[in-house]
Amino acid sequence: MKKNIDKTRRSFIKVSAAAGGGLLMGFNFMSCEAEPKYLEYAAPDFAMPEKWNTLNGFLKIGENGVVTIMSPNPEIGQNVKTSMPMIVAEELDADWDRVIVEQAPLDTKLYKRQIAGGSQSIRLGWKDLRETGARARQMLLKAASERLEVPMEELSTSKGKIYHKKTDKVLDYGEVASAASSVEVPEEVTLKDPKDFTLIGTSVRNVDGFNIVQGKPLFGLDTMEEGMKIAMIEHPPAFGMKIKSLDDSAARAMSGIIDVFRINVEPEGWNPQWSDVNAYPELVAIVGESTWQVMKAKKALKIEWEQESKLESSKDHVATMENALASKKGDEARKDGDPNSAFEKAAKIIEKTYTAPFLAHNTMEPMNFYANVTADKAELIGPVQTAQFLEGTLEGVLGIPKENISIMMTRMGGGFGRRLYGHFGTEAALISQKVKAPVKLVYTREDDMTQGTYRPAYMVTYKAGLDEDGNLMAFQIRGAGIPRSPIFANRYPAGTVDNYRVENHDLETNISTGAWRAPRSNFIATAEQSFLDEVAEAAGKDPIDFRLSLFERAISNPVGEENDYDAERYAGVLKVVKEKSGWGKETAGIHRGVSAYYCHNTYVAQVLDVAMEDGLPKVKKVCCVVDCGIVVNREGAINQIEGGIVDGIGHALYSAINFVDGAPQQSNFNKYRLIRQSEAPESIEVHFVDNGIDPTGLGEPSLPPIGAALANALYKATGTRLYSQPFVDQVELLG
Amino acid sequence: MAKYKLNVNGAEHQVDVDSDTPLLWVLRDSLKLVGTKYGCGIAQCGACTIHLDGKAARSCSVPIDAAKEKKITTIEGLSEDGSHPVQQAWIEHDVPQCGYCQAGQIMSASAFLSENKNPTDQQILDAMHGNICRCGTYTRIKAAIKTAAKNA
Ligand code: FES
Ligand code: FES
Repeated sequence: MKKNIDKTRRSFIKVSAAAGGGLLMGFNFMSCEAEPKYLEYAAPDFAMPEKWNTLNGFLKIGENGVVTIMSPNPEIGQNVKTSMPMIVAEELDADWDRVIVEQAPLDTKLYKRQIAGGSQSIRLGWKDLRETGARARQMLLKAASERLEVPMEELSTSKGKIYHKKTDKVLDYGEVASAASSVEVPEEVTLKDPKDFTLIGTSVRNVDGFNIVQGKPLFGLDTMEEGMKIAMIEHPPAFGMKIKSLDDSAARAMSGIIDVFRINVEPEGWNPQWSDVNAYPELVAIVGESTWQVMKAKKALKIEWEQESKLESSKDHVATMENALASKKGDEARKDGDPNSAFEKAAKIIEKTYTAPFLAHNTMEPMNFYANVTADKAELIGPVQTAQFLEGTLEGVLGIPKENISIMMTRMGGGFGRRLYGHFGTEAALISQKVKAPVKLVYTREDDMTQGTYRPAYMVTYKAGLDEDGNLMAFQIRGAGIPRSPIFANRYPAGTVDNYRVENHDLETNISTGAWRAPRSNFIATAEQSFLDEVAEAAGKDPIDFRLSLFERAISNPVGEENDYDAERYAGVLKVVKEKSGWGKETAGIHRGVSAYYCHNTYVAQVLDVAMEDGLPKVKKVCCVVDCGIVVNREGAINQIEGGIVDGIGHALYSAINFVDGAPQQSNFNKYRLIRQSEAPESIEVHFVDNGIDPTGLGEPSLPPIGAALANALYKATGTRLYSQPFVDQVELLG
Repeated sequence: MAKYKLNVNGAEHQVDVDSDTPLLWVLRDSLKLVGTKYGCGIAQCGACTIHLDGKAARSCSVPIDAAKEKKITTIEGLSEDGSHPVQQAWIEHDVPQCGYCQAGQIMSASAFLSENKNPTDQQILDAMHGNICRCGTYTRIKAAIKTAAKNA
């Protein structure tokens, strides 16, 4: 190892000219077979400035040229705290080695959308972040032109310095920052041509990486404030149950316990927002001195529960979905041509049904929140993906005006959609209000896993009709979901088949559900891409060529008015994965599966290689091609893609939440199986399509297709098609 | 409540806690060493991994009574300045996503490498089986452990 990797921050390098420089329109592909290309580690050889000059809400510059950039959106592991400031720094022409990143406070007037969700932070922030950096650069140039008494047009910038070539004069940003801060903010700015980017497209280390590996307090659960008490909740053990009576005498008598009481999170007359999903409005709260004391007292509570609505079981869920699909006509969401008569004429019909259970998010850091609520003020600190909505909820529930509510966003130990729903923040605030003390609410893993807000359960039946020559002439998808059908009516293969029909069944439940990494796509991609594999086989065609022939139809003569994808980009990733994976080459003992999907504005294609070792599947390699437009932070992007792949394989193979009489049967990691180190792919290779298009989502798109790549490879390995998740339950040998 | 003397990261500490308190909560609540994380409380996830006399242990499942005679090392004490080869390798491979599991991963990896200087891939997989990374950084963790073994 070279020198020590630095104290407060990361360092970066430019990737090779070939990879970083050539942003061309059209299909060019950069690959990343090589090791991560960070260059050396810059030493943190700068001191903190004595005075900061604020240029706008996103950035301030010290007299010594150190730049602080605010990261507007919450960080859940998607690495926006590094990539969003990179975009500002690019247009500012800052020297990244002298940049400090800070988490911005909640202020939607200034920062607009401060949400982590839908893989949209970069896509929606792109223009504003660039303009912010460009405006500040413009202000620095103005100040420099006055100082040097030269026209602005003769100045250029690079790495935190301003150059006047004619006179060989150089000014550091720090030298003009004070003057620049009083320059009028320019209305119009010119942005860089993406081919001139020097920072975007390189690999920049996670700005919190060094703190993370040292165990620094970064997460909500690490919050420690003066006089803070610990609070926990007890929620009903089953959906459909509520509290009947509470006997807290034993718990109250235990050491360190301060108070036990019932709380109602949804006071009468208050209107919940979308982010207030919560199956259990009434809870028992326990407040005490230390976490362990409260945990113990929680077990000593004697609570009687009573039934208030139906107690559902997994076997009923499956039966309800089967019944809906077998006996009822659902809502028709799309119809092209005449599917019924086309199916009648078909030479061959393939019909298959796919299912998946409810899933918990299981962020590694359980739900928690700090709150200090006084008569007229509320201060909160914690991990929430939607602080701007929580603020509104608190106003309604606490009766305190928004201006007097502050929410500080901490780094989050995972999100995956779970922390879009901030009821735990509301609970912490109400508990603090009641006990008149600052509290940190902590969910145990069991509280967290059995609380709900799950990925819905799904069932979908695909039907395909082939003519004599194996051409697809009719296609039908009928989907059911508890509570919502998973189908996107206008996504592929819509637009590629003359006779096409989509039908949805939304089925009621009292189990609370919510967005789970790549909502709906996380199931439907696996079903669709597994089915297409089977159809290709029935048609006697290669699975990639079969998919490509459908895209050709969508490109040359699409069916229907509305098709939510760009067939050329979609086909593009498949063509590259075919080439990069060496598709068609046979290796003894290796079984391959392919899959491709489009969601969150990003196209992904994957080839997965599996081997059976001692009867168990071992994923040897995943080759993944991604078209997400401009890649902001290469290694950060690759890390996200790898994570989505591991996550998708794990949940398709192993994970489920099942119910008996409303009670979740998994409450901790001894029963809820998550993928572990030895089950992860041996290697993951990522390639990006280099097309210069504005960047799109990355936190989610690599997850949906991988389940089918796995299922298709396992079919080759075992001869068994996999229809129901988790796959280990269908074929016990797999686990 | 009872008083205990503990040796944590080379220093003596005195704490006053219930005698069944798991070491995890003594570290986090009493000593404010919050680098050691809570993930499951039942020795299933590895987020709370520390070293007891140099060996990896799940602090959520070690009662304080069982730790009082031992040398306890937490992530905060692994090195003073993040210079431990495992920490350095983690930075080099830019391993963390959310980062929540990583202190536990690093503590498991460092205890393992101190006993096995030149591990095979299979030994790495086996040694790290008890540490869940919900974000799926497993391939980077494996690569970082190999780098650390090389550089140690
Ligand atoms: S918290 Fe100790 S192993 Fe999970
Ligand atoms: S980095 Fe998020 S759990 Fe491992």
